[in-house]
Amino acid sequence: MDFLLTEDQLALRTGFQALLEGRFGRDRLRAAVEGPPLDRGLWRELGEAGFFALRLAEADGGVGLGLQEAVLLFEVAGGALLPGPLVATHLAVTYGAVPGADGALEGGSAEAPPMGPVVTALEPSGLIEHLESADAVLVGSEGGAPVAAVRPAELPSAPLRSVDPLTPLCRLRSGAEGREAPGLPQGPVRREAALLTAALQLGSAARTVSTAVRYAREREQFGRPIGAFQAIKHLCARMLVRAELARAAVYAAAVTEAPHDIAGAKLLADEAAVNNARDCLQVHGGMGFTWEADVHLHLKRAWVRKEQWQSAHEAEDLLADGLIDELSP
Amino acid sequence: MDLAYSEAEEAFRHELRAWLAEALPKLPAKPDPRDWPARRTHDLAWQRALHDAGYAGLHWPEDAGGRGATPTQHLIFLEETERAGAPYVGANFVGLLHAGPTIAAEGTNEQRRRWLPPILRGEQVWCQGFSEPDAGSDLAALRTRAVRDGDSYVVSGSKIWTSHAEVADWCELLVRTDPAAPKHRGITWLALPMDTDGVTVRPLRTLAGSEEFAEVFLDEVRVPVANRVGEENDGWRVTMVTLSFERGTAFVGEVVACRRVLGELARTARADGRWDDPALRRRLGRLAAEFAALWRLTQWNVSEAERSLRGGGSGVPGAGGSVFKLRYSHARQELYEAAAEVLGAGSLDADHEWVADRLSSLSYTIAAGTSEIQRNIVAERILGLPKGR
Repeated sequence: MDFLLTEDQLALRTGFQALLEGRFGRDRLRAAVEGPPLDRGLWRELGEAGFFALRLAEADGGVGLGLQEAVLLFEVAGGALLPGPLVATHLAVTYGAVPGADGALEGGSAEAPPMGPVVTALEPSGLIEHLESADAVLVGSEGGAPVAAVRPAELPSAPLRSVDPLTPLCRLRSGAEGREAPGLPQGPVRREAALLTAALQLGSAARTVSTAVRYAREREQFGRPIGAFQAIKHLCARMLVRAELARAAVYAAAVTEAPHDIAGAKLLADEAAVNNARDCLQVHGGMGFTWEADVHLHLKRAWVRKEQWQSAHEAEDLLADGLIDELSP
Repeated sequence: MDLAYSEAEEAFRHELRAWLAEALPKLPAKPDPRDWPARRTHDLAWQRALHDAGYAGLHWPEDAGGRGATPTQHLIFLEETERAGAPYVGANFVGLLHAGPTIAAEGTNEQRRRWLPPILRGEQVWCQGFSEPDAGSDLAALRTRAVRDGDSYVVSGSKIWTSHAEVADWCELLVRTDPAAPKHRGITWLALPMDTDGVTVRPLRTLAGSEEFAEVFLDEVRVPVANRVGEENDGWRVTMVTLSFERGTAFVGEVVACRRVLGELARTARADGRWDDPALRRRLGRLAAEFAALWRLTQWNVSEAERSLRGGGSGVPGAGGSVFKLRYSHARQELYEAAAEVLGAGSLDADHEWVADRLSSLSYTIAAGTSEIQRNIVAERILGLPKGR
């Protein structure tokens, strides 16, 4: 047993961190807040870096890595608040549900997956993120495959004013105009979506710890850094504990891929991301309440992700059933 | 990231399981928890059985008489013994986990020969004389005084929270030998024979009604200088070797036990018709996530210790243990709060196992470093926040 990251995994994470710092620094983040959140140029670069085709075999134009590596990259993306339907696009490429080179939805060419498709998904909550920027929407398949893609125009939907400036949201209008609403992605796609969303939350939870700690070291009141006060120290320590427990759960779920492990990972990563952003806001005092500080972006995104793919109640119910099952002979 | 155990590790587990299946039925019944001499006898017999089977001091270095097991093997050992319902380390706790490793690391060869084999063979019980009425979280403020007189130290003062003091042969004692030095630099580590003149033990009753630990009063107690481990006034460093000895495995058995209790809570709730209550079900579901993650965090910390050892390091997880303890101690209290909800009015029956455990769980956020002290450690040593209050 060696649960720690391998050297290759560490290098992968560091490399992607460097790429994002270069291509999506704070200026770009703030530009995305004020402008269109999704940058097609950056999206294409992510595709070229293998973010979406990470798990496709090399023979199929992918990178040939696994779910563990995907989790590490999503953790980095979550820390950077990278906008866009990352999870859905990654899964669309992984499961071959992308628009082909000719733009056709069926039979997207497996040999050369297009680098720049923007694929969102119909989520269990009935919400769809980034629909207006999307080339396709993942839905449940009517055939054997766990997932299929439809054109955005085929989904009856209505936009809502999203609480998160980096995540435009639409709500599915079921049964509108006599059309039957498509089903949800199922099976491994749905579980992996929950796990990758948990990885994004983990990245955010860890980032808000370091942001809070940096601020607590710099900000002085009563003649000393506020981080010298136990009230602040203990907030920060609680944040780290949440992030590290979530990390253990998320990484373990990436290894086992078991539904209960994924449910636990999502539950704990949601809790860590939301509560750490809250505490980070508190450490920032009045500045934390401003639009200018990035803290609210972490909190709002954490709220959005918490509702995505697996809600707390769903996860808790699944885990509770597991307690009973374990006892059955 | 690999959670699979190696063939050698699985073989170790297999061999241990086979031995436990054979050895446990032969053990005498668990003694009355109020009968200390019987508990001592029982705990030492278990240690003797471990010794005879080659499992004593599993994680101790081989040159100290241990088996030099890897942290992963130790994890497996603690997991399997708990699953099999084997006795807890009990009266052997301080000897095996604190005093023994300190002597192994810092003692002379003669001291190692004198004190370590009786610990491993289950012949002698050690207790710990660290905390004092005025030195709890601020342990280095301890005031029990030791004055050199020829070949002896003359020790006077009092210690508190000393488990197993009534039945211990030895006490690992921290004393102040230089009152003028800065508080961390005037402390010395001594091995005190508990039958020395001037030692008085007064049991303390816990809120659970049991006498789990004691006060130890020392009135001009003479301790031979030969019983000093490490140099005079170097006792703080010597002690810190002990306190950080655990390699991520400190709570393995307890996490296994908590997960078993959680399953029992669910089964009881279902039998009582309470399982239809979504709030209770979700509370237990959340705890399932919590304890599953704590188990993974244990595996993470053990993996870290193992890599550190392989790289020639100390194998000590450092402040990472504080992260674990903070969450674990809270989760364990939450578990027994949930148990009280499952029991309803039955939670007022002090003879119910879960009620007794609910009471004892109240100590987890206090013992071995309060949660507040642990948060200071995390904030200062891991996060690098400035010292100060």
